[in-house]
Amino acid sequence: MPEGPDLLPRLGAFARLLHDAGMEAGPRRLTDAARALGYVDIKRHVDFRNALRTVFVSRKDELPVFDAAFDIFWAPPDPRASAGVMPGRSRSLPMSPERAKAWSAALGLNTSQMNREQDPSTVPATSSGYSAEELLRHKDFEQMTWQETEQVRRLLQAAPWRMAERKTRRLRPAANGRIDLRRSARHAIRSSGELMRLFHRRVRVRRRPLVLICDVSGSMERYSRLLMIFAHAIARREDLEAFVFSTRLTRITRLLRYRDLDRSLDSVSKGVHDFSGGTRIGDALSDFNRHWARRVLGHGAVVIIVSDGWDRGDPARLTAELIHLRRSSHRLIWLNPLLGSQGYQPLTRGMAAALPHCDDFLAAHNLQALDDLGRLLAGLNRRTRSR
Amino acid sequence: MARRARRATLLARKRRQGGDLLISRNLSSVIATSLATIEDVERRLRERNYIGDRALATSIFLALKLEKPLFIEGEAGVGKTEAAKVMADVLGARLIRLQCYEGIDLAHAVYEWNYPRQLLHIRLLDAGEDRRVAEREIYSPEFLLRRPLLDAIDNDDPTPPVLLIDEIDRSDEEFEAFLLELLSDFQVSIPEIGTIKAKRAPFVVITSNRTREVHDALKRRCLYHWIDYPDLEKEVEIVRARAPEAADGLAREVAALVQSLRGMDLYKVPGVAETLDWARSLAALGATRIDSTLVNATIGAALKYQEDLERVREQVPALVEKARGA
Repeated sequence: MPEGPDLLPRLGAFARLLHDAGMEAGPRRLTDAARALGYVDIKRHVDFRNALRTVFVSRKDELPVFDAAFDIFWAPPDPRASAGVMPGRSRSLPMSPERAKAWSAALGLNTSQMNREQDPSTVPATSSGYSAEELLRHKDFEQMTWQETEQVRRLLQAAPWRMAERKTRRLRPAANGRIDLRRSARHAIRSSGELMRLFHRRVRVRRRPLVLICDVSGSMERYSRLLMIFAHAIARREDLEAFVFSTRLTRITRLLRYRDLDRSLDSVSKGVHDFSGGTRIGDALSDFNRHWARRVLGHGAVVIIVSDGWDRGDPARLTAELIHLRRSSHRLIWLNPLLGSQGYQPLTRGMAAALPHCDDFLAAHNLQALDDLGRLLAGLNRRTRSR
Repeated sequence: MARRARRATLLARKRRQGGDLLISRNLSSVIATSLATIEDVERRLRERNYIGDRALATSIFLALKLEKPLFIEGEAGVGKTEAAKVMADVLGARLIRLQCYEGIDLAHAVYEWNYPRQLLHIRLLDAGEDRRVAEREIYSPEFLLRRPLLDAIDNDDPTPPVLLIDEIDRSDEEFEAFLLELLSDFQVSIPEIGTIKAKRAPFVVITSNRTREVHDALKRRCLYHWIDYPDLEKEVEIVRARAPEAADGLAREVAALVQSLRGMDLYKVPGVAETLDWARSLAALGATRIDSTLVNATIGAALKYQEDLERVREQVPALVEKARGA
């Protein structure tokens, strides 16, 4: 560990590295870090690391990023390095290639130790990684045609719908409803304790959160682009969590955050590694149920699964996961693009397994169908099914 | 004028109540004397049967030194709340707990006027009495219902209290925004009384189960610590410390069993709290070792979903064998 006058500049450089890796490392954090190091024995590697970690990290997802950056930046001299063995740094940093190159040069590393572009938020720490049969194909969305953009814009302008609402536990003043004792009493005190006027309050309503789980496997290739456009459009105006899957589940909520559609689509196509792969709906939902459900299904969320139901996995598993998912969401909607085609019967194994466990089963093959979905979402109050 | 007078009476009351300035020992002096190093914190936690790792001790130590709130996250049942309780114990401070829930508001978290009493008081006044005086009276601390946050800020404790804001992810954004303000300057304004500022800021611990992301602005003000599930050795130690009624062999076997359950594909993997429940249940049945029958009879202590129970039941004999070999 460096000491004395060397430490502060080094700490500043470390903060910049964290910043470039996507973490918050502003002046306030840096000051805290410097103060914290004044209280611990920085010769003890563990304490040094723990102290910096508790200051700079503020989310669980940031822990691996921090650890990787720490290892790269503060690596103790490795005796094996002199023997011609690279020190073991298995983890990598999410960073743009130019940044990574600049840092490797500054720190005297070879480039393979830093990493290429990869957003940590898109790869859940729990994902099992690549399987042998997985088709690793990047699918690039071409620039969106003017016509498409216009179509979507028109749809959204014309759409009168918004997400169904739920009652919250928070109260607000209202003309009628429950008596607001606090306000009424306060008013009464002015008139010597005579309740001259009653005030009321009512529960406030909020829009329900929406969770979109899209199948982007090979069989859905034709529709995935349109779906991403739709997801981006909804994310502009609703509380949306979005996921895509083909062989594994990827969260794309943060990738859709750009206002500019092309930029969002670009970040999605870079962040999702298995576009047009095979389909394992059951596995994807299982991953969702175990790792995301508790975090995104609070407050009575509406869940929409978009898939054609061509599943290479085990139907029994799909059924089990759907039952669980339906129980933990307010409403489970399955959109099937094939439903729009003439004479389609939901006979694929996956679809047959899924059908009894969804609240709604709707088409999603064009913009009109998506508009119908919008209307359904707006009117979601009772648990009646529409198939 | 009226406000200043009210403030003066309030201060006078306080002076009568405890003479807080005389017995002031502030937080940093407590820490300076008894918690000078990370080892001290570690040792004190251990003495109170809290088996934490060095990273947690470091976070607590720094939160005390830097006087910043400590934000603790982790899965359910890994001992987040317990950490705050033990911390209060270590400091010899009072623990003030605010359990968050959806819709929690200032009336439940900070203060509320006792309206029924106020109304009663004002109606019992004689006709001749000055109404202005009466009004001043009913907005005095006597009619104030103090809730946890006001309690923590307006404290006269010899050692500042530990304020535990538990499960903040259950509250809503409005409340989070309020907390943000509170944590930056530790003061509360009550229009009728004035602004009450903490003489000595409480030590704040915030916990979250991550059922939703808490806003970054709030986290930015805090030190952060993620509590992970413990490894086998540590879990055995925890069971021995907190469920001493379980025999040594039993403690190890239960911990090993839970460790393998955590590796399985379950909807809700058991936390440390479940391990302890399980060890206690088995000890209550007089068990000193585990076997398939006992495990089947008590597995409800660890698994809370029907699907998980079904999945595990088939594998109980294999799991038991593995755990007994651990």
